[in-house]
This record gives sequence, C-alpha cells and structure tokens, in this order.
Amino acid sequence: MVFKKSIRETPPASKKQAVDRLRLVVVHDRSKIAPGLMEILKGEIINAISRYVEIDEEEMEIELNSTKNRVELVANMPIRSVRRV
Amino acid sequence: MSGRVIVVTSGKGGVGKTTVVANLGAGLALLNRKTVLIDADIGLRNLDVVMGLENRIVFDLVDVVEKNCRLRQALIKDKRFGGLYLLPAAQTREKDAVTPEQMARICDELKEEFDYVLVDSPAGIEQGFKNAVAGASEAIIVTTPEVSAVRDADRIIGLLQAADFHDPLLILNRLRPEMIRRGDMMDVDDINDILAIKLLGIIPDDENIIISTNKGEPVILNEHSRAGEAFRNITRRLEGEEVPLMSMDFDLGIFERLRRLWNRGNKG
Repeated sequence: MVFKKSIRETPPASKKQAVDRLRLVVVHDRSKIAPGLMEILKGEIINAISRYVEIDEEEMEIELNSTKNRVELVANMPIRSVRRV
Repeated sequence: MSGRVIVVTSGKGGVGKTTVVANLGAGLALLNRKTVLIDADIGLRNLDVVMGLENRIVFDLVDVVEKNCRLRQALIKDKRFGGLYLLPAAQTREKDAVTPEQMARICDELKEEFDYVLVDSPAGIEQGFKNAVAGASEAIIVTTPEVSAVRDADRIIGLLQAADFHDPLLILNRLRPEMIRRGDMMDVDDINDILAIKLLGIIPDDENIIISTNKGEPVILNEHSRAGEAFRNITRRLEGEEVPLMSMDFDLGIFERLRRLWNRGNKG
C-alpha cells in the first residue's frame, strides 16, 4: 500500500505556483514600472554595458524579482567578448 | 452621535462583496446596532435581491441625490431585524449620476443617525469605486484565495492607502479546507504574507450561501452554516471583541474519513 503510493506519480500541488506567480505580479504592480518603461530601461542598460563588453542580446534577461521583503532588478547578460578600451 | 462609515470593496468582481455587506448588516443589527447599507453599484444593483428586499424599492440613491425624495423616504427597513435599513442603487442610471461629493454628503447625514453605514462598492477602480469610498473612513477588502482576486486586492489596498485609509481590513472568502490541506489552495498565511494588512476574518466556501441567496435571507441566520458562523465572528470583531479565527479543519480529515469507512465496512 505504502509502496504503491510512493511509486504513483502525483502532480506537484499548485499552491506554490499560485504564491510564486502572485508575488511576482504584485511586485510588478507595486513598482509601477510599465512594460514600455521596462523596455526603455533595458535598452539603456544594453547601451551602457555594450561600451565595455559585447553582450549576447538574444540571451540576456532583465526582470524584476521579489525576495521576501524587497524588489530586485536582476540582469543576466552573457558576455561574448570584452572590448579593448 | 457619529457612526462608522465602512466601505466594502475588492477590485475584482464576484468575490462576495455584496454577500459580506448583507450579512454584516444583519449581524450588526442582531447585536442591536442601528445599521444602514448603501448599494453604490449604480446600474447593476444587487444588494436588494441578496437581502430579499427587491419588491419594496420605491426610491433609490439617485432619487435622493436629485432631490426627488428625502433621504429618509428612500431607506427600506428590513422588517426581520430591528434597525437594519437599505439605501438601494438606481438600476437604470449610470455611475456618473452621483458624484463623490454627493455620496460623501449622504454618508455624513446617515452617520448622524446610524451606528454603522456600510457601503457596497462596485467592482473596478473607476467612478463607482471613487463614489463608494468618498464618504467612508474605514475600509474592508474582500478577496478569495485566487491569484487574480488577491492581485486586485493588492491594487485596491494601494489606492486606499493613497487616499488616507491607513488600516484597511481583510476578509478572506471562499476558503476550501480540503484543497488547502492538499496544497492546491493558498491559505491564510500565504495571503497575509503578500497583502500584509489586518485580517478581519475568514469565510469557508459554503453551499448555504447560495441557498440563502436563492431565498433572499442572510446566511448569518443559519445556525448550522459554517459561513454563517464566520459572519457572526466577523461582526463581533467589528464591535471590538477578540474572537479567534475559526478552524479550517471542520470538515473531515483523511484519517477520520478512513476510520469511518473502516467502521462501516466492519459493520456491513
């Protein structure tokens, strides 16, 4: 009985997804950064960084993230090469 | 005397605002508090049918604003309770038939005579919402344990705080204990963590709500209903009494169910 239960695949409970999605969406709502503004911010960050290193724009990610009690702007930018200044 | 003017709002529609208003109104009246309920949902009035008073409407909120009648004349007395009145919304008008200033004046006038003025806000954050909050100094936010409803509640809390409502209270409606136990529904703590406002109460999902609404009788009168009990608790908390949150484990746990099955099997 116990064996059968452990081997049966149970889908992960959906509450965790609800909480995670809710946290993120609430952070976006509260931070009042409109999607358009986020694109502009992204563009300017790319411009600034690109003066020093060549980044992979296809692979890069910039997003707002929430930890327990703060909002972070997290940028993940794979570097192709470093420019000689 | 100056009573409390409390707006009940949610952002999202269909989370149970009107049911909350009707039941808190009945509950407060049962505690001998003179209470008036204002349906601020002009064009989509519903509080009258939830309370079973739809056949008694003569004048409405817009008639009062346009001075077709005196405020007193538009109030419908709920004969089942001493001291419970309804000011119905107009059904054939638009939200802009009333301004926030006019709404505030009506609330001010009513709070001179009543202990509680509860305002049932329409869904949304536009004119109807602005009207509903205009005369209130306290707010109750109703939400359900769903991503969309909690998100909207968070927006509303932001708007209320910007409008100087410092301590909005939360009612968490339609909890399903069995789903919470198996991890498929957010629980009180999850939602408290996100919204971070004071919890006024939790209400379990209960078929009795639909049955009472069918009949036009507040579920708070039903002694056997869990939702009714939840509403009685919330009413007492509004009155300042410390009442512990109701347990969400009232329905049978899995072990209890297995035990019963086992017993039945042995007997049969």
